[in-house]
Amino acid sequence: MKIISKFWIFICGLIVLSPLGLLLPDHFKAGSAWGEWGLDEMEQLVGYIPRGLEKLSNLWSAPFPDYAFKGWEDKGLFFLSSAYIISAILGVLVIVLVVMGIGKFIANK
Amino acid sequence: MHIPDGYLGPGTCGLFYLIMLPIWTAASRIVRKTLNARQVPLLAIGAAFSFVIMMFNVPIPGGTTGHAVGGVLVAILLGPWAACIAITVALVIQALLFGDGGITAIGANCFNMAVVLPFSGYYIYKAISRSSPINSKRRVIAAGIAGYIALNIAAVITGFMFGVQPLLYKTASGVSLYCPYGLNVALPVMLGEHLLVFGWVEAIVTALVVRYLQSHSPELLVEGGKS
Repeated sequence: MKIISKFWIFICGLIVLSPLGLLLPDHFKAGSAWGEWGLDEMEQLVGYIPRGLEKLSNLWSAPFPDYAFKGWEDKGLFFLSSAYIISAILGVLVIVLVVMGIGKFIANK
Repeated sequence: MHIPDGYLGPGTCGLFYLIMLPIWTAASRIVRKTLNARQVPLLAIGAAFSFVIMMFNVPIPGGTTGHAVGGVLVAILLGPWAACIAITVALVIQALLFGDGGITAIGANCFNMAVVLPFSGYYIYKAISRSSPINSKRRVIAAGIAGYIALNIAAVITGFMFGVQPLLYKTASGVSLYCPYGLNVALPVMLGEHLLVFGWVEAIVTALVVRYLQSHSPELLVEGGKS
């Protein structure tokens, strides 16, 4: 089998396993990455929300925030894991399209 | 390591977009020269790999989470300029679709993860592996060390970006406007967590894949035709 196909199988394997990136932090009660807190967490940590941060933080509302679907937040880990996998598939598909587009543009034939 | 919107002031965000513009231009010019059309699928795989590996949040029990970037591996296989493009694509998609990293901080995040990380990792790997045979153990170790050190360098610079904000942006009464933690907190925390945990993840991923390619596709590890 060509190495390119093996790489894609490897990436599919990573996608299937990706919910570990959600379940392990949950199991070990680890919170957000340092410096990536939401506004509530920020207020708990330092006692106030910096004014500029508050203004800028809502600048962009991503369609799938934190690799989840809006409205699924309280549906439990199974749904969160499914959304995580679907997000991974979606992200990989979009990335492949974008890179192929860039490749058409810049690579020499 | 994905700085969200609101943690960096507008000047810092603008500065890193300005710094990234010529780097992105140079990267596309260099990759245009050296990457041939057959290698585009590898570039896509590199970007997809980096994207997915960043979803593997590794917990520090009771504390924070972090992750590898996979960028050192992409740089070893495709060269640092191609890695810069691959990781940039991954970071932009993460910011736009998944809100992972801010859109105002795309310049800063790309500087850390798509420039500092692949370039430092690539040259550390080259410096350690030198002219050792493609299938040598030395190259596996070089890949691991490069992954570990490069992720930590990127973490230090990210910590620095966070940490200077209270010095740059505060109200007349001294209250922080953006990231409220100074260098005395941001630097040791960012470096400490990556030295202790996340750097090892980058090291292991990079070394294992290089080890696998030595026996299954050694031609990918040969110098030449890289950008």
